[in-house]
Amino acid sequence: MSLKIADVHRIAHLARIEITDVQAQETANQLNDILAMIERIGRVDTAGIAPMSHPLDGTQRLRPDTVTETPDRERNMANAPAQRDGLFLVPRVVE
Amino acid sequence: MRRPNATACSLCRGWSNERAREGGAVSELAHATLAQLGGMLDRRKVSAVELATHFLERIGRHRDLNAFLDVRPEQTLAQARAADARRARGEASALLGVPIAHKDVFVTRDWHTTASSRILEGYQSPFDATVVQALAQAGMVCLGKLNCDEFAMGSSNENSAYGNVLNPWDRGAVPGGSSGGSAAAVAARLAPIATATDTGGSIREPAAFSGVTGTKPTYGRPSRWGMIAFASSLDTAGLLTVSAQDCALAFNAMLGFDPKDSTSVDRPREDYTRSLEIDLRGLRIGVPTEFFAAGLEAEVEAAVRAALRQYEALGAQLVDVSLPNAALGIPVYYVVASAEASSNLSRFDGVRYGLRAKQYDDLLDMMRKTRAQGFGAEVKRRVLIGTYVLSHGYYDAYFLQASRVRRIIAEEFQRAFSRCDLIAGPVTSGVAFGFGEKSADPVAMYLADLYTVPSSLAGIPAMSIPCGFGRGNRPIGLQLMANHFDEARLLGVAHRYQCVTDWHARVPAGF
Repeated sequence: MSLKIADVHRIAHLARIEITDVQAQETANQLNDILAMIERIGRVDTAGIAPMSHPLDGTQRLRPDTVTETPDRERNMANAPAQRDGLFLVPRVVE
Repeated sequence: MRRPNATACSLCRGWSNERAREGGAVSELAHATLAQLGGMLDRRKVSAVELATHFLERIGRHRDLNAFLDVRPEQTLAQARAADARRARGEASALLGVPIAHKDVFVTRDWHTTASSRILEGYQSPFDATVVQALAQAGMVCLGKLNCDEFAMGSSNENSAYGNVLNPWDRGAVPGGSSGGSAAAVAARLAPIATATDTGGSIREPAAFSGVTGTKPTYGRPSRWGMIAFASSLDTAGLLTVSAQDCALAFNAMLGFDPKDSTSVDRPREDYTRSLEIDLRGLRIGVPTEFFAAGLEAEVEAAVRAALRQYEALGAQLVDVSLPNAALGIPVYYVVASAEASSNLSRFDGVRYGLRAKQYDDLLDMMRKTRAQGFGAEVKRRVLIGTYVLSHGYYDAYFLQASRVRRIIAEEFQRAFSRCDLIAGPVTSGVAFGFGEKSADPVAMYLADLYTVPSSLAGIPAMSIPCGFGRGNRPIGLQLMANHFDEARLLGVAHRYQCVTDWHARVPAGF
């Protein structure tokens, strides 16, 4: 199956990337090329094979719940595009 | 830890010794090995400040390569003075005062970190990555940050928001990617060594294209803490160096367990120089038939086969092995890596750091515009593909299926390793291509990683070492792959080749 412009708009919305109609057309073509290359994995018989999510089949390690460092709030927020009184500013979301 | 010196290897005639006689003129410093630099520092033939100044001057002189994104001489010299002070107090570790440069995906407190993206322009990290920290603790002096493909996505360095890096062997050729700045800097001897990262070939492919030694250790062996995440189940830090011996020396400082990285493997530290004098007699080198099939250019095949004959002459035995599904590595990789990237890159939303669009309506619009303006075309493509393969109704067919095929590929490596000790083959199908040759066709660009992606999916250590030159005097690489945690032997086998050949010691004209 191949992606239509409407599909690209839906995916771009999920990915939070603004896209114009012209870009969506070009993107649809490119994504369809990539998906055509990917399709062949669908023909592999994988019955009984467990998905591999970590190359060493490792599992997430938990650490003891202890304080290891004290954050430097000012330094950590120094890269914020907009801030006030130690808070990140964003457009109003609750009226 | 054993303290190596300039004559650590009794087998090797030391090609680079001829180029950099100890105590020789300052212009030869750039061509010395790490062990030689350490030796010169130890005998006070040169100071860390003099070394740093020498390399900073070379970086300034060769700015046209565009290998560096951020150079701050005052920070570099402060680190060099500190290294000299440590040595004056009697400290004598092998790397104390030796310069290094870092790929711009490792965060650094004293240099900007952008991952070559607009979205992180001017970003100043509040901390150093573990890898950066470990090398600094060993006394290595940072020369600055290196250009790469945006968020390490690419095979030619053409996806950097800050311009192309030129290949020092041929300025019309790409240096490879994504660690193109790292490869070009080491090839041009603007840095004696550079950090890099490999997700699907981003250390080995630029090493091959730029004629340097590139080594990716086992997944989980180096820390990922402070390495800007692209695909978390694949991302592996490594090094671009002149020789395997230099790499072994620096791995001793760089690789170890990190409690801050939940995928870091808890194993004791090791001495990666311990197998440099390995006896190759009886070593079984597996040659996968699939890596020599249609698509491999004749000049690359000839150089790789000549290298394999060299190994036979050194006593190794070649064994045919098969990796029947290796060709599925590329499609599997573009599902898994893109899916992980779409998740990892969701943090770039214009709220806490990085770029924020100038004009927007509401919060959603702010994020959409910020990401549209901040990400380059290739990053957007991969985020979109990743979002799609994870979306409702497609997850099983794409992401889960790819994860299953990934296991099939990994198991094929294990079957191959039951018949051989190491696997060898080409790194790329051809020599470095020209700018713009593949950038219009994403799928053609993806296929550049055909031979490097399978070992990334399996998480095994792999490297590229120079083994000849093809058309236009562009370098060719030999790929060596070993089983999990077999880095020391891998580096030893590479070193033995470098003892009897001088491909790795050649320097492009003008450098």
